[in-house]
Amino acid sequence: MRFIRAKAVVAGLGLALSMAACGDAGDDDDGGSDVEVKENAADEFDDGTRMKELAEAGKVTVGVKYDQPGLGFKGATDDIPSGFDVEVAKLLVADLGIDPEDTSAVTYQETISDNREPFLQQGKVDLVLASYSITDDRRKVVGQTGPYFLTGQQLLVPADSDVESIADLAGQEVCSVTGSTSIDRINEQGAKGVGFDSYSECVQKVLDGTVPAMSTDGSILAGYAAQNEGQLKVVGEEFSEERIGVGYSLDHPEMCEWINDVLEESFEDGSWADAFEKTLGPSGIETPDPPELDACPAA
Amino acid sequence: MEAVFDNVDAYLKAFGYTLALFLVSGVLSMVLGTFLVALRVGPIAVLRWAGATYVTLVRNTPLVIVFAFFSFAAPTLGIRFTWLDVHIDDYDFTALFGAAVASLTLYTSSFVCEALRAGVNAVPLGQAEAARAIGLPFSGVMSQVVLPQALRASLPPLASVQIALIKNTSVAAVFGVAEATAQMRGFTNDFSSQRLGIFVAFAIGYIVIVEVVSLLSASLERRWRAAT
Amino acid sequence: MRTSVLFDAPGPRTVRRHRLYSLVALVALLGVLAFVVKRFYDAGQFEGDKWEVFVTPDYVRVILVDGLLNTLKMAAVAIVGATVLGAALGVAKLSDHAVVRWPAWLVVEFFRAVPVLLLMVFTWYFIGINRDGGSFWAVVIALTLYNGSVLAEVLRAGVNAVPKGQGEAAYAIGMRKAQVMNIVLLPQAVKIMLPAIISQCIVALKDTALGQYVVAPGLTRIYKEIYLEFNNRVPTMIVIASLYIIVNLLLTALATWAQKRFVGEKKPLEVSLVGNLEGGRNA
Repeated sequence: MRFIRAKAVVAGLGLALSMAACGDAGDDDDGGSDVEVKENAADEFDDGTRMKELAEAGKVTVGVKYDQPGLGFKGATDDIPSGFDVEVAKLLVADLGIDPEDTSAVTYQETISDNREPFLQQGKVDLVLASYSITDDRRKVVGQTGPYFLTGQQLLVPADSDVESIADLAGQEVCSVTGSTSIDRINEQGAKGVGFDSYSECVQKVLDGTVPAMSTDGSILAGYAAQNEGQLKVVGEEFSEERIGVGYSLDHPEMCEWINDVLEESFEDGSWADAFEKTLGPSGIETPDPPELDACPAA
Repeated sequence: MEAVFDNVDAYLKAFGYTLALFLVSGVLSMVLGTFLVALRVGPIAVLRWAGATYVTLVRNTPLVIVFAFFSFAAPTLGIRFTWLDVHIDDYDFTALFGAAVASLTLYTSSFVCEALRAGVNAVPLGQAEAARAIGLPFSGVMSQVVLPQALRASLPPLASVQIALIKNTSVAAVFGVAEATAQMRGFTNDFSSQRLGIFVAFAIGYIVIVEVVSLLSASLERRWRAAT
Repeated sequence: MRTSVLFDAPGPRTVRRHRLYSLVALVALLGVLAFVVKRFYDAGQFEGDKWEVFVTPDYVRVILVDGLLNTLKMAAVAIVGATVLGAALGVAKLSDHAVVRWPAWLVVEFFRAVPVLLLMVFTWYFIGINRDGGSFWAVVIALTLYNGSVLAEVLRAGVNAVPKGQGEAAYAIGMRKAQVMNIVLLPQAVKIMLPAIISQCIVALKDTALGQYVVAPGLTRIYKEIYLEFNNRVPTMIVIASLYIIVNLLLTALATWAQKRFVGEKKPLEVSLVGNLEGGRNA
């Protein structure tokens, strides 16, 4: 371990805003009101690293989703988004000595599936935590590490549906997001993927009976099933494995080790599990064991 | 652009959907637009008013919202298009296609109506007067004398409306139709390193369709002018 | 009743028949309306809690400031840019030099034929992306390019719509090409073009709605945020559409006024969108 971390504690959203800025961080047992901001973070990093630059500048931009309840979601009047992706992002931000609740220091930039790679490549965002599946093709253009979360594609169907697996839907229309990897997987499984702008629109289409099912990561579906209890249910084995990771720019390969260290730390001290329970727990997903992290590519 | 060459089937199929959307909505919007213009210039005040209201409302609403209406509000009214289930080759024309056609048709027909109305106004007064003089009722005046001439006069604006429709089919991408723009986003997601080439390939596809339609309308215009 | 050339002034029997038609039509229209309202009512779309958000001060502020204001800003910046671009391209298209005319023609044809949505995603990746507010600028740039190309065509048609004698007379008194254009043709063309420019504003304003797909700010963005939070899609749709319609009606009124004020009762300028050959040559 390159540095000593204060205990990071994750707690309820309501208390989050009352947290004061960096100054009084470091109190080990304040009842756990927020992610703990590290003091003098800049000193911990080697000169010339991106982490040092960010810590010294005191500003960081994180790409997250705005439209996925439970993972990354921002209401019209919210200052900062909420969800599991966002909570993990906060752990990373805090490790840079930046207050994750201070919107003048942290920008939670909305990213959608189309623009995550360009944003990283052009330096518009420093990190991406936006249900970002690790794939070989993406690793050609951006850095990805983790995973901090494992999930897989399942089906969401009406509660009275007989569908038990994707095989039952061969030749039928299954809804997902336009241009996403989920659509490709649906097509591979013999069903016909149809695309909408966001998952919530697919939910509507399943509810009104236009399509028999929708499909994407189980963690996302569980949230919608919980929201529409009695009307929708999640079925089927996971027919893909999505490894959700953190994206960074290939210009700064040193970030990989740092991200892994922070994630590992959060796995060990329970802050990862707390974040999970708080955000995805309410939709009925059991907190799993933390996943195994990939090794960083040799620099 | 390699990604497109390697998947030229998918590229062509996607533009097939674009063309299908254009042709079906194009024809239907002409029919509905003609009906609307009859309402708007007809003798029944209530219908004139209804036609005008419809055109004003639809014309000033963004197409995205018209689409959203047919995708998310219409099912509440029992309009689901689930009766539509046609499969030709490996093209599927289902409820989602139906909703897209309905949105594009209703939106475009309001512009067709206005283009035709301008055409009706351009028909010399004597034509309608002569038609009335020989005893034709309103329906006869319109269908035998005025509309055929109005159509000719309004060909350039009608062509513009239909060309706008070609481009507007791209909005169907996010309402469940696998047309060109949706396919493009699929490609850019799968081959993130070739974005520019993919864009250029799809832009060319649209330009080809647009230019073909505008050439057709230009030659039609020339022929019709010669006939007058 | 207004008399029209299309039908005879109705006699007493026809008046009675028209009254009957009107009544039937009215009943049918009201029936459809009642059906729609009832279905929405049954589906709970008119319940107070689905509408409450639109009278909550915080959200009203969000809708008006983050939504409407941003939409208007995008449209306004785009239309100013488009006017400048359109003037440049339009004059270039009228040039006597093929070297200037052809590239301008190519640019105009390209941007008028590509869907604005495609153009928006395009600019979003390649131009507007590495600045702050990238998606805002992506929308503005895409709309500027598209509407600028349309306005170039409007300008060309406007100049052509100035009576031929005007240009000839100007040449006859010894003016040079630039003088003819700047002093005689353009000032008259702009007056003729004004209503067309304003209707182009409506097009630009409506197209800002597409910004939703490049996560741009504006009304459709707020629409999404609100219905995701309150699950009140239909009411939100109605509110947002109404805002668009109101602003557009104001613009239409402005265009009509400008038409009367500057052009008189003549027909508004019509310009075909693409492949312009004869468009806009008003007799």
